[in-house]
Amino acid sequence: MLKIHNLDVSYGPIRALKGISFEVKEGEIVTLIGANGAGKSTTLRTISNLIKPQNGSITFLNKDLLPVPAYDLVKLGIAHVPEGRIIFGPLTVHENLELATWGRKDKIAIREDLNKVYDLFPLLKERKFQLGETLSGGEQQMLALGRGLVARAKLMLLDEPSMGLAPLLVQDIYRVIRQVNAEGTTILLVEQNAHMALEVAHRAYVLETGNIILEGPADEVAKNPKVIKAYLG
Amino acid sequence: MTKKQISSSVNKKMLAYDKLPNWKKYAFISAITLFFLALYISFFGIQAFFQQLVNGIQLGSIYALIALGYTMIYGIIRLINFAHGDLFMFGAYISCFLGNYLMAHNFRYPFIVVLIFSMVVTALLGMAIEKIAYKPLRFKPRLAALITALGVSLFLENFFALSPQNVPFPLNKIVFGPKYILFPALIAEKTYNIGGIAINNIKILIVIITIILMIALQYIVKKTMIGKAMRAVAFNKDACLMMGINIDKVISITFGIGISLAAASGTLYALTYGQLQSPYLGIWPGLKAFIAAVLGGIGNIPGAMLGSYVMGVSETFATSINSNFGYGIAFVILIVVLVFKPAGLLGKFTKEKV
Repeated sequence: MLKIHNLDVSYGPIRALKGISFEVKEGEIVTLIGANGAGKSTTLRTISNLIKPQNGSITFLNKDLLPVPAYDLVKLGIAHVPEGRIIFGPLTVHENLELATWGRKDKIAIREDLNKVYDLFPLLKERKFQLGETLSGGEQQMLALGRGLVARAKLMLLDEPSMGLAPLLVQDIYRVIRQVNAEGTTILLVEQNAHMALEVAHRAYVLETGNIILEGPADEVAKNPKVIKAYLG
Repeated sequence: MTKKQISSSVNKKMLAYDKLPNWKKYAFISAITLFFLALYISFFGIQAFFQQLVNGIQLGSIYALIALGYTMIYGIIRLINFAHGDLFMFGAYISCFLGNYLMAHNFRYPFIVVLIFSMVVTALLGMAIEKIAYKPLRFKPRLAALITALGVSLFLENFFALSPQNVPFPLNKIVFGPKYILFPALIAEKTYNIGGIAINNIKILIVIITIILMIALQYIVKKTMIGKAMRAVAFNKDACLMMGINIDKVISITFGIGISLAAASGTLYALTYGQLQSPYLGIWPGLKAFIAAVLGGIGNIPGAMLGSYVMGVSETFATSINSNFGYGIAFVILIVVLVFKPAGLLGKFTKEKV
């Protein structure tokens, strides 16, 4: 579904990604794990076309993504749930969700999609008219996921959905991620919480300072002594 | 005393006013205002007071429409569009030319056609300026765009002030020339005398149009999809891109709306004074509206309205005492308010997160 070949990204003189290649197949949950500064978020931001790569190619459903402007990716079916959630603070929960349907004209389907999110996260329904900035971290993460869902994506890019959340909430979020995947959305998950990520994912790639050093089915990666030592402890 | 202690003691003094409970602040400000108003009434009488109040509201409406554009554009891309006053001028000239044409052809409702036409044409010019001059600088340091805005402002003034005889063919049809021209009387002026206060239909019309445009703007920003997108873009551009919002389009529309308000203001201004002095006429209204926007808290739409009316009313009062006071009072009010409320009357003081 998503193919990345030889991707090279630099911030000025610093090379963040040193020619990585990987693939996400339809229906999978693929996780990219790695420490701080390994280049995980950079990878997602490059796929979303927020950063221009120096080299390499990104194809989605056999279409070259590099010339597509960032705001058209949603139309192609890629939703990015950013690191740190980035909820629109001065807007209400409902407005946040509505904005994720930007450019769509089918009002009835939009209402259905919004209701689906509210069914999935009853807490958000309660807080429908509350401002985004008044939500707790967990609620904000739900809202961020909700925005991704409303976009009706074929592929969801999740950037650290567990960041800064209590363990119980992390379980909740991951339950939803599994459910979304079971309903047919492919997921590319970036995580520092390797435990959780390897538990839900089908396949995993381990990223270290811009290189992929390990790849394979998630349970095999989880058994790799290097990974256990570095990430699972 | 170390440096740190000195700076903290200065901060304490600065914050003394901030620490007052809200009602005391308002009482303080109201007391000062009432004192000056009472002084004015005792010198000039109650009738003069109401007359100036009416004139002030009219002037405030003209400032408010410009200030709203300033504040909208600042709110969304943190750019002070110094060319705003010149687009106000452009709007006034466009409505003058179209007005003359329509009057010559005995058109039935010239004013409303002129107003809408001038808003649309000026908005298009503004959007073009945004595309050419500001968009390439969007992710560059903010100062670059600010200087560019000053450049655009000077360019517009001086370009349109060229005399048609001095420029080659296609341009001589566009430039306005430096001389003053009369503005057509699109609406026959009628003066009503209400309890000794002269109110004419143009004043009433200006206030009504301003209120309609303000309500329309509030509706757009609060209720429509594009308004929600504007607020979202103001908050975080990357997140908007990730959600598929075309931020270029949103910013362009914001410019269009803000600048069409300036054009409406220019038309109303020209209608009030019946003449256009020169293509430099936008400088002062533009500056004062900018001050009004800062006074109300820049980036804040109700603040821009409040600031404009405060400015308009105090300017007319000051001018009625001595015609030289009018220009200075704007800055006096600005300084006084900013000393006590650095974020403006309705602005929230937000600390930058590091």
